[in-house]
Amino acid sequence: MFARLCDIVGTNEIEREAPIGTTVRMLWDNLITDFPGLEVYGESLSSAVNAEYARMDVVLNDGDEVAFLPPVSGGQSAM
Amino acid sequence: MVPSLFLITTVELNLIALMDAVSTAASKPSGEGKSLQTGAIATFLGVVRGENLGRRVLRLEYEAYEPLAVRAFARIGAEVAERWPAIRLGIHHRIGRLEVGQASVAIVTCSPHRVDAFAACRYSIERIKQIAPIWKHEFFEGGDVWIEGATADPHDEEAKAEAFRRACA
Repeated sequence: MFARLCDIVGTNEIEREAPIGTTVRMLWDNLITDFPGLEVYGESLSSAVNAEYARMDVVLNDGDEVAFLPPVSGGQSAM
Repeated sequence: MVPSLFLITTVELNLIALMDAVSTAASKPSGEGKSLQTGAIATFLGVVRGENLGRRVLRLEYEAYEPLAVRAFARIGAEVAERWPAIRLGIHHRIGRLEVGQASVAIVTCSPHRVDAFAACRYSIERIKQIAPIWKHEFFEGGDVWIEGATADPHDEEAKAEAFRRACA
């Protein structure tokens, strides 16, 4: 968890048990249940698995490290 | 010691050391003819501005997902190599607490000719802002806020094209 997401959750790392076949999106939805404040980030979120950008439909393996990334700092420059 | 070309660091940025690293990488493996291929070096420093959206900025705190950020820099390096094969590039980004006036990002491009050096340098800063997992927490007079811009998606071809347009404008 990074930046504002870390503020919402109150920690930068969470461990979760998840059934086989769990995708990044399922994990995210599961976290929203515990931390409803995360929900507004659903549309603007990026994710990474084991420090590589990954799509939300990627299926997770045992021991994977998943990162949820809020919008990054750029993209609004006045040129 | 020659620093890495792509780096996240908590210490003050050293543009000269980065220039050395990039021009060394641009030389032949033997080290011979170090500058034969280099006719231009363009540099960029991003600096903490004391004003943002009408607010008086006191300081910034940068956070990065370091391993992914370094990979994002390397990805930008590969994109640059694809468009401008003769360019050599280095990117260093500082994280942690930065005061107004301090440099947060340094970019060096090394090229046979100035046009490509400038373009690749501009392209790189645009791409960093689009895809590097780096966030800034702005502390201003009266409060603080996380600055949130673009959804990071390295495969977004439209964003890539926009960075290229800006680079070559």
